[in-house]
Amino acid sequence: MDKLVIGGVELKSRLLIGTGKFSSKKIIPDVIKSCETQVVTMALRRVDLKAKEENLLEYIPKDIILLPNTSGARNAEEAVRIARLARAMGCGNWIKIEVISDNKYLLPDNQETIKATEILAKEGFVVLPYMSPDLMAAKRLVEAGAAAVMPLGAPIGTNRGIKTKELVQILIDEIDLPIIVDAGIGRPSEAAEAMEMGAEAVLVNTAIATANDPVNMAKAFSFAVKAGRIAYLSKLGPTKQYAQASSPLTGFLNEGEL
Amino acid sequence: MSFYNCYEKFKNFDYDSFFEKVTESDILRILNKNKIDQYEFLALLSPVAENFLEEMAQRANILSLQHFGKAILLFTPMYLANHCINQCAYCGYNINNNIKRKKLTLEEIEKEAIAIASTGLRHILILTGESPKDTPLSYIIEAVKILKKYFDSIGIELYPMTEDEYKKIIEAGVDSLTIYQEVYDEEIYDRVHISGPKKDYHFRLDTPERGCMAKMRNVNIGALLGLNEWRREAFLTGLHADYLQNKYPDVAISISPPRIRPHAGCFEDVYPVTDKNLVQYMLALRIFLPYLGITISTRESAGLRDNLIPLGVTKMSAGVSTEVGGHSTDDKGEGQFEISDIRSVEEVKEAILSKGYQPIFKDWMHI
Ligand code: SF4
Repeated sequence: MDKLVIGGVELKSRLLIGTGKFSSKKIIPDVIKSCETQVVTMALRRVDLKAKEENLLEYIPKDIILLPNTSGARNAEEAVRIARLARAMGCGNWIKIEVISDNKYLLPDNQETIKATEILAKEGFVVLPYMSPDLMAAKRLVEAGAAAVMPLGAPIGTNRGIKTKELVQILIDEIDLPIIVDAGIGRPSEAAEAMEMGAEAVLVNTAIATANDPVNMAKAFSFAVKAGRIAYLSKLGPTKQYAQASSPLTGFLNEGEL
Repeated sequence: MSFYNCYEKFKNFDYDSFFEKVTESDILRILNKNKIDQYEFLALLSPVAENFLEEMAQRANILSLQHFGKAILLFTPMYLANHCINQCAYCGYNINNNIKRKKLTLEEIEKEAIAIASTGLRHILILTGESPKDTPLSYIIEAVKILKKYFDSIGIELYPMTEDEYKKIIEAGVDSLTIYQEVYDEEIYDRVHISGPKKDYHFRLDTPERGCMAKMRNVNIGALLGLNEWRREAFLTGLHADYLQNKYPDVAISISPPRIRPHAGCFEDVYPVTDKNLVQYMLALRIFLPYLGITISTRESAGLRDNLIPLGVTKMSAGVSTEVGGHSTDDKGEGQFEISDIRSVEEVKEAILSKGYQPIFKDWMHI
């Protein structure tokens, strides 16, 4: 399959996964293996370098790209501080910006996200901002130096699918960076749908982590993402906007003058 | 505007006749709704809703998984002192109780911190009674500076302070505030708070809000169950949490549902709150406020705590001693109440894992 390039790195897998909601850290290596993901996100606030057994990083194979996120940041300044800590703690220079000052729906603050992106991109981070799909905000993220844009499909954890479809489609059509659909994807079919729309990748956490069998669910997502990408590349046949009516109202026009 | 305005609306509310009118089909309809309002929350707290606990549990379980995943954050309280100038009828630290009083020195705090940190815990909650003379703000700040070396998150459960004092404490490294109203009913509040500064109902009621204004990251509230008819207190706690969350969306709001435990100088006048009641409270709350944190302490038994995990608990204490210096000294000050779940941190961790959940030791850091 065609490769995805983010921050100058070529990726074979277009499925990114989160680590936050699993029943045990011990299952994470098997999940990673079964879906062949290459990028794994984790909340830096959860990373504990002091305790080996509790240290999430111990469960992520070395060849995986770490995508620490700034979860817990309420504004740009805090996101920047967390990102710098992440780099200092040896998590590499990829960072997913998550600025959330709404604890009810966990919706991102686009304005603060743009500010943080600008500062961190200048400092050499590969910045992947999580955002509410909004065209102007996405354009500003491009200008600010983002490496990809991650619009939400639905609020975090809701597993409702791509409720923001029209807006995400606009980003896919208009923004020159990879669009990675993050949050809201609850089933493999929805991941496939995002990929068919032309998203470059999807990030899935809750749907895999809270499945009864996360390892197999991860595999199902991996197939779905591949299927969706292949469908996109093979150019989906144009869908008819309106079903052909069985008794057309304009049929008489073809029947010649009476 | 203060939460008192919301409280006032329900001051003369006829709970009994409301509960009488709730029907089984009301409950089923509410359980099928996406978002429920205050009165629907109250209906879920009604006696009729007791017939639907399993349905409520299924719904609460799904909401909790979506919002928090299969993860339970662990922490432990650390009692710095048990001096108190208040006379709360239900508390062992009450000024009139003849107990052994103790205040940890800074060296003792460090020893205690080392002992607790060695169990793997990274989140700590510090407690004192209310005694500005024995445990002034300056002492708390010194304590926080030491604890910062050993813990990634520091919470406080102290006497109510002003917004400015909270700002200073946050500056020193505290990120979470726990402050219980104890009882929302104003008359009962006055009766059980016999003397001392805690008698000021309004100052206490507005304390969580002052914490939010000072920009605490987490604010945890609650009613001490048993001081009043639990359904009313549960309702008002939910309304209080909702009020704070709507007004301060950047603060993570959580609640604790503590039940009165035996202590030195016991308090007799307790309203019963059964395990079933506690479960109903948690479930109704989770359905009303899906994003809300719920903390369960070691006041509850090991068996019950394990069973509560899938119902929406997000945070649990473990390896608890309510005695001052209980983790590291032989010369302890007396405890605030008797704990029920006496398992070690390691045992609690294993129990959470065996329930199919991940024990989390660290969910914050000083940034
Ligand atoms: S509840 Fe608090 S204020 Fe009241 S007596 Fe106990 S320690 Fe003092």
